[in-house]
Amino acid sequence: MSAIERPQPNKTKTFVDMDYLLHEAPREQHFITGAQAMAEAVKRANVDMAIAYPITPQSEVMHLVGDIYAQGHLKEYYRAEEELGTMSAIAGAARAGVRLFTATSGPGLLRGLEAIASWPGHRVPAVLGVLTRVVNAPLSIQPDNIEMAYLMHCGAVMLHAENQQDTFDMTLAAFAITEKVDVYIPVSVSTEGFFVTHAKGYVDMMSEDLAYKDFDSVAAPVPAMDNETPPARIQRDAPVQKSNFMSYLIHSVWQQEIWDSNRRAMKYIYQYLGGPIEVVNPDADVFVIASGCAAAQGREAQRYAEEENLNVGLIKVRAIRPFPIDEINAAVKNAKTLIVPEHNIIGWLSKEVKAAIPNGGIVVEGPRVYGGMTLPVELIMKEIYTALGLEYDLKL
Amino acid sequence: MSLKYVTPAKVFKRYLPKDYVELVDYGPFGKTQEEAGPQNMGQFKELVEEHPMCSGCWMAYYIRLIFASLPCPEETVTLGTAGCGRLAISQAAVPFIYGNYGDQNAMASGLTRAFRLRFPDKTKDVITIAGDGGTMDIGFSMTMHSWIRGEKFTTIMLDNEVYGNTGGQESGMSPKGAVLKMAPLGKKGEKMPATDLAIAAGCVYVVRMSPTNIKKAAQIIRRAIFVAREVGPTFIHAYTSCNIEYSIPTEEVFADAKEKEKGRFAFYEYMTDASKEVIERVEGEEKAAKKALKAARAEAN
Repeated sequence: MSAIERPQPNKTKTFVDMDYLLHEAPREQHFITGAQAMAEAVKRANVDMAIAYPITPQSEVMHLVGDIYAQGHLKEYYRAEEELGTMSAIAGAARAGVRLFTATSGPGLLRGLEAIASWPGHRVPAVLGVLTRVVNAPLSIQPDNIEMAYLMHCGAVMLHAENQQDTFDMTLAAFAITEKVDVYIPVSVSTEGFFVTHAKGYVDMMSEDLAYKDFDSVAAPVPAMDNETPPARIQRDAPVQKSNFMSYLIHSVWQQEIWDSNRRAMKYIYQYLGGPIEVVNPDADVFVIASGCAAAQGREAQRYAEEENLNVGLIKVRAIRPFPIDEINAAVKNAKTLIVPEHNIIGWLSKEVKAAIPNGGIVVEGPRVYGGMTLPVELIMKEIYTALGLEYDLKL
Repeated sequence: MSLKYVTPAKVFKRYLPKDYVELVDYGPFGKTQEEAGPQNMGQFKELVEEHPMCSGCWMAYYIRLIFASLPCPEETVTLGTAGCGRLAISQAAVPFIYGNYGDQNAMASGLTRAFRLRFPDKTKDVITIAGDGGTMDIGFSMTMHSWIRGEKFTTIMLDNEVYGNTGGQESGMSPKGAVLKMAPLGKKGEKMPATDLAIAAGCVYVVRMSPTNIKKAAQIIRRAIFVAREVGPTFIHAYTSCNIEYSIPTEEVFADAKEKEKGRFAFYEYMTDASKEVIERVEGEEKAAKKALKAARAEAN
């Protein structure tokens, strides 16, 4: 086997742990797009291999990852044939014990979903960027996070970024979380296409000379299939053909383990990201609960409400999986109304919140926008006024 | 790490299954083809011992042959997809990756590149072994693109010309006119020209055969693996009948395979100049080593 020629890094990196990288390393402010923020995180994550396939609005991310590969920040990068091939190749490469990244959007996520859904069961420690858009048809490429609803039941850890800074921090943290021995399932980082990926925002970033320490495949709870790492991952008595009973027993136990792994990710969400939710004005009667870009609009609505002397709070949900049931319950125990604005038609977040709390009747499902529309703060304000028994003159 | 990778600590040995311990103590890991090749099938400790395939399954025989022919089983990883073949492959004492439907060549692309990244100075053989459905139908795009990208691994298609495992449906590799489930009036289209497609897509070593001759079939498997290590993608299209779905009596399975050799599975071998160079060099080295061993034994006697 011959070595492959690869671009060489033009600088010597200092390898550090994720705690230092995220919490201690000095940072400088940059004004960059969400796509740039994700690629900059990949640069500092010391990724071994990235596999790309284009789809708008994700393409920009993997273009930029290709650029940093050419600069020597990654060891391997290629454009696969389509999303199923991409996600399958990630699963194959994971068996060799390398750190992996790819990203997709909307229909691309659904096309690759068969393979993605198998990643947790395969114990693939990969990071998946999800730059959300509508799912066809009729054809549109606009932002809408409905595809996250399909991803929610795959077993992967799911983080949802509000803005460019979140995109950077969450993507970096995702690499540490996915590789934890007691997690070792994929982590997705979603953010709204265009609204975040193609728009600039301020991002505080550490030096690109710092990089997350190397992936240690020997420390993995599931050994790489590299014929180097004992115990040997060979199977002389495959369960499925021996007995259907053994087959479903093993599969059901494994499913439980995947979802337990998902729950175990929570402590690392605290460690690296400060927790799965952010609460503004915890003593409020009325809360806006939102994730992603809807949280940014919710934040504005909370600020407007504060200016108008209305007692309104905000709960920003950072982690969709594991879903912060206990944290939300604690935060809303005295609340009278929960308003859940969303960027999708089905309202997957409001359903999650309703299911999480004992008094789901206090949840206002909406406002919702979808298909690429922006979410006017005024729509949230109208719900706030209604919840407080006040009249609101809605002008859009 | 090779044999050491599968060797258990002494204290654990008594608790491990007997067949595993015997495999480590007497198996083919770290041995030459002379010592452990297909000529010793049945008397040597092989990589596939028992399997759950149907009586008279020609595919099961060929899969055993594949494992007995591996140049370096201790550094080999196999990948496959749904289908009868998977049942035997997953029981072999060589790592096996089962992904999703038809994605074995995409997975192998990632695996091979990652192996070369992590072990640039080692030889690790990657082989996809899948049926005609997995390779040419559901996995067609991923198979073709792995070849077009020039991925350095071997693809072996177990062509039984039908979906055996799901109950006998028509596949793209079924011959025209075959009456099969989902082709109740007979298959309309032609059998897909798999070897032509492989050559067009950039495979550097391609063989179509009905593996009735053990020695020749083993040589082809080894050639494909040696060439893939150095030159590019290689492809073996082997006839492995489904005696159940095509109603071939067990005692006539071999005769059927011989018969197919005269028709659409007539032996065909294609290689590029670069592949030929590798084959001549490797087989020359093996021949010289064999000769030297023989001379050393004669001298010792």
